Amino acid sequence: MNRLIDNKGFYGEFGGSWVPEMLYPNIEQLASSYEAILESTSFKDRFNSLLKDYAGRPTPLFLAESLSGALGAKIYLKREDLCHTGSHKLNNVIGQALVAMEMNKREVIAETGAGQHGVATATVCALLDLPCRVFMGEKDVQRQQPNVLRMKMLGAEVVPVSSGSRTLKDATNEAIRYWINHPEVYYLIGSTIGPHPYPDLVARLQSVISAEMKIQLMEKKGRPDPDIIVACVGGGSNAAGTFYHYIADEKVKLVGAEAAGEGVGSGKTAATIATGSAGIIHGCRTLMMQDGGGQILEAHSVSAGLDYPGIGPLHSYLHRTGRARYLAVTDKEAVEAAHLLTRLEGIIPALESAHAIAALHKLQFRESDIIVVNLSGRGDKDMDTYIESMQKRHQ
Amino acid sequence: MQNRLDELFKRKDRQLLSIYLTAGFPRIDSTVPLIRSLEEAGADFLEVGFPFSDPLADGPVIQETSSIAIRNGMNLRLLLGQLAGARNGISIPLILMGYLNPVLQMGMGTFCRKTEESGVSGVIIPDLPPEEYRDKYRELFNRHKLHMIFLVTPGTTVERIRMLDNLGSGFIYAVSASSTTGRQESFSREQEQYLEKLGSLDLGNPVMTGFGIHNRNTLETVWKHTSGAIIGTAYLKALKEAGSPDEAARSLFGRLGVASR
Repeated sequence: MNRLIDNKGFYGEFGGSWVPEMLYPNIEQLASSYEAILESTSFKDRFNSLLKDYAGRPTPLFLAESLSGALGAKIYLKREDLCHTGSHKLNNVIGQALVAMEMNKREVIAETGAGQHGVATATVCALLDLPCRVFMGEKDVQRQQPNVLRMKMLGAEVVPVSSGSRTLKDATNEAIRYWINHPEVYYLIGSTIGPHPYPDLVARLQSVISAEMKIQLMEKKGRPDPDIIVACVGGGSNAAGTFYHYIADEKVKLVGAEAAGEGVGSGKTAATIATGSAGIIHGCRTLMMQDGGGQILEAHSVSAGLDYPGIGPLHSYLHRTGRARYLAVTDKEAVEAAHLLTRLEGIIPALESAHAIAALHKLQFRESDIIVVNLSGRGDKDMDTYIESMQKRHQ
Repeated sequence: MQNRLDELFKRKDRQLLSIYLTAGFPRIDSTVPLIRSLEEAGADFLEVGFPFSDPLADGPVIQETSSIAIRNGMNLRLLLGQLAGARNGISIPLILMGYLNPVLQMGMGTFCRKTEESGVSGVIIPDLPPEEYRDKYRELFNRHKLHMIFLVTPGTTVERIRMLDNLGSGFIYAVSASSTTGRQESFSREQEQYLEKLGSLDLGNPVMTGFGIHNRNTLETVWKHTSGAIIGTAYLKALKEAGSPDEAARSLFGRLGVASR
């Protein structure tokens, strides 16, 4: 397919690299080398081999018959939850860790919110014997102890971040600052955010999701294209990977589910498309949540993975051009959808992925429509929230 | 283009001392009294920082003062109002420094007009890419007689330094190390070689060095090779400890071994 970005890393008006001079050489080095690396045979061979034998790809495309019956369409689940470490995050981490090695970088840093990207990074760094340092907001360190311990068991150093709101946004700031001070390390960003080339790099590494969907749909239905694709969007990496090979095909409807938190108008939301405006966040021009003076607001969502006040520039572009539609799903709707999927299909989804399931209720479709929902992660990490919701039901 | 900053550099091109302060820190109405006390103490010019929630290129002290300033209610519009109101009582050059997003929300046209009206001589926006400035904003800045000041670091190639020197005006802001502010305790041999190199490039703009200057030793190194020093973190630390703006300025100037006026 055609490249979506121009040669400066812009998707239309969004994207680019808005970084201080201190970061310019680091970004420039990556921007000028990543494409050649991604296209090299040695990288491709190693990447594909690890995706297959380590991550467990291809992930199944599962026809959810009960859910299909309940909602009145043919609904397939792309089972990214079955990837090693429990989500699509690993695809990107394997790819970028190999890019780091090709660039002769021997140390990796990463930011993490809920800890999923941190765990995935610590995992691959253990495999490839790379020292790994993960920046995590102090608040998240407290809320996500099991993942903190997983990272430590895998040999990573977890650095609690006490600046700003002490969550993902600030963990990202701190990782960037560390990279400024240590340009020899590789910064492994977890989503399609940040300065160019990260949004493109991460989208390409995640595009394996839609590449597999084409083959799997061909096998099952004799056509590569579904009618509708649904994926949840925080920074937007799983949605970018799920949409990627279908973006040029206008017949396929693309739907992103963003986190409305307690409601779009509640002030406690992470619905960037619904409530945001264009600005610069983490070196990227994109839609983001900000006040009238241009200060970045704190996001809120029950799902830590969607709790980010910006969105990848690809999604801002797909929204602006009308190519994709973004729906806001509340905390409550997501938790209900998680219970629905669990009871109907025996799959406990991650809270992030539950937003995509909940978005199905907001869509109109025909009985014959083929819908693919990307089930980006499994729900083990969200059991506390689910248990709490069951206790409330019984009261 | 001639403004207060050009007049200063014409009069004095060595041993300059410039101080950075965060607008709205420690209190919302601190900005103008701090400027007056620093002018009184003998600073040659000042950078006034407008706060941003996510200051990527700054160390812990400037991050903290920025958060406090935002909590105090400081914003770009308010700051420009404060500066315009005090314009006649301030005679040293002022430079505005801050991240791009608040500027974009105001609109670059409005920002330039209000900045000129408030008597400011130039602007430093670390995350504005030079190409973006060249293609979209250069003429606007010229029209409003505002200097656009670019940063260079030890990681900036000579070719790029020359490009930034041609594109920008006022001065070149040399970051003393590839690091966020306030980190290093003393300058290394490599840092000094880098400053020496900058001094020998015969650039069109004067070079002012910032980041990590906090005592007589680091100040002298910077003065030896470039036109002057910019001090941010060390001043803000002094301000946190001092009982008054004047005491903070005295304490800092004392540590630097520079006589207050």
